[in-house]
Amino acid sequence: MTSLPRKSPRQKLGLVIDLDICVACQACAVNCKEWNTSGHSAPLTDMNPYGKGQNGVWYNRIHSFEAVDVKTGDSQTINFPKSCLHCEDAPCVTVCPTGASYKREEDGIVLVNGDICIGCKLCSWACPYGAREYDETEGVMKKCTLCVDKIYNETLSPSSRVPACVSTCPVGARHFGDLGDPHSEISRLVEARRGFALMPEQGTSPVNRYLPPRPKQHQKPKEQTPRMLEHKDDSTDGAGLLARWVDKVLSA
Amino acid sequence: MHPAKSVIFFTTGSGAGYGMLVWLAILALMGYQPADSAYGLVAFGLAFGLVAGGLVSSTFHLGHPERAWRAMSQWRSSWLSREGVAAIATFVPTGLYALSWIFLNENHTFSAPVGLLGAFLSLATVYCTSMIYGSLKTIPAWHTGWTQVSYLVFALMTGAVLLWFVCVIFALPEAITLARLSLFLLVLGLIVKVMYWRSIDEAPATSTIESATGLGKLGKVSLVEAPHSEDNYLLKEMGFRIARKHANKLRVIALLLGFVVPFALIVLALYGLPQLQTPIAILAVVAGICGIVTERWLFFAEAKHVVTLYYGESRV
Repeated sequence: MTSLPRKSPRQKLGLVIDLDICVACQACAVNCKEWNTSGHSAPLTDMNPYGKGQNGVWYNRIHSFEAVDVKTGDSQTINFPKSCLHCEDAPCVTVCPTGASYKREEDGIVLVNGDICIGCKLCSWACPYGAREYDETEGVMKKCTLCVDKIYNETLSPSSRVPACVSTCPVGARHFGDLGDPHSEISRLVEARRGFALMPEQGTSPVNRYLPPRPKQHQKPKEQTPRMLEHKDDSTDGAGLLARWVDKVLSA
Repeated sequence: MHPAKSVIFFTTGSGAGYGMLVWLAILALMGYQPADSAYGLVAFGLAFGLVAGGLVSSTFHLGHPERAWRAMSQWRSSWLSREGVAAIATFVPTGLYALSWIFLNENHTFSAPVGLLGAFLSLATVYCTSMIYGSLKTIPAWHTGWTQVSYLVFALMTGAVLLWFVCVIFALPEAITLARLSLFLLVLGLIVKVMYWRSIDEAPATSTIESATGLGKLGKVSLVEAPHSEDNYLLKEMGFRIARKHANKLRVIALLLGFVVPFALIVLALYGLPQLQTPIAILAVVAGICGIVTERWLFFAEAKHVVTLYYGESRV
């Protein structure tokens, strides 16, 4: 049934991604691929992996953006990992004609049943965030499962029962928990750091939150910042006699 | 958006077929269609051929065409599912009406309710098709009322022109009625298309790179590094770019071939050279097909998806 659950899910499991400290090392994307290529929607097929035009299924991708303050000209680079946001009002679920796409009532995770998916790709058109992937070899849609086969896996130690992207992040830029519970650790983190949702105007009510980069500290005034080397330097100030003579000859 | 050939053929072909089914029933009830077996066989054959061909072609882009029947199940939430249900349901009354027309030579008394129901369901199916696109908030160029209006008007327009063509082939006097109806619908279609283009050109951005990243407070945002060195699925499916380069030329081609040329040729067949109306009708249909396929190709290729904001687009 691809209508959304009538009751709001008991839990809203999701990720919180800290844009302040992500270093774009790609470890989360690689470990995601590693875990999920033998997980719930396995495999994460790669097409032509060693030739030109490589293409493949990825649930997690890291973009890098630059934000330039128009007044001061100061710029900041922000590394931006993006995976499924497990929206509360998930359009990928309601457009699905077969019932393959569904949102779980118990924890709000959005999943695809690959056994009945017809591969019409409409869910990928409906998703604003690019969370849907088409597996060309299997002919079905795949997506981030929030490592549903890992977070409930009792053969793993409790500390490992988090999504692969979270357990592997070397800087702790990714957090996992119940965003439906206002008292959970992760909800308090969002509260404290003023976490935000992506494209709220699309009306999808994403569960995942992003933490903004912290303001820059100890910013030096312009006159104290190191001088910029111009690419073309006309001055010979401070150069030795020989250098000045060579400059004179070459400039003639 | 990537303009898949199967989907272009599906939307244009099934649209024209449903348009024919609508006019066959409505004009017959008004007494403008002969209850002739041979004519009925060709007209309904063409209409059902286009509808069924379109539906079959739409399954070609599926990863699992053999599971297509499953798409009937989610009519409560999915317009694609509703479209499938409506398409199958339409075959029942339109099929019965065609049988009555061809085998009983009856098209406007006891078969009238079935004919009307078929016409209504045909329009409902076209509306569902348009809503598959019109309901997607992620593609602002489709998420406008003009999408539904243009799908309905173009179905009626192409259906009328094709039915005129069949009438001309059978040298029926009813060809004059259909020619006039086609002229009216071609003007209406042209107005609708121009209004659609105006509305998408003037629409303010619904999402921006700032809202997509939430980084607008820090300043002007731009992409410095994409996640991959090669195109991924998202860019292949939703990052189609070739159209926008030639958009204006293609728009002129679509308008000329899809609307202006068929209009001029129908006028010529009606008032100028009625003795040459068969070759003129063939030309008009060929031009119309090229025009409407270009129009539909542009409908897909010109539409920007908000996911491109994560790949360098700044506003959609």
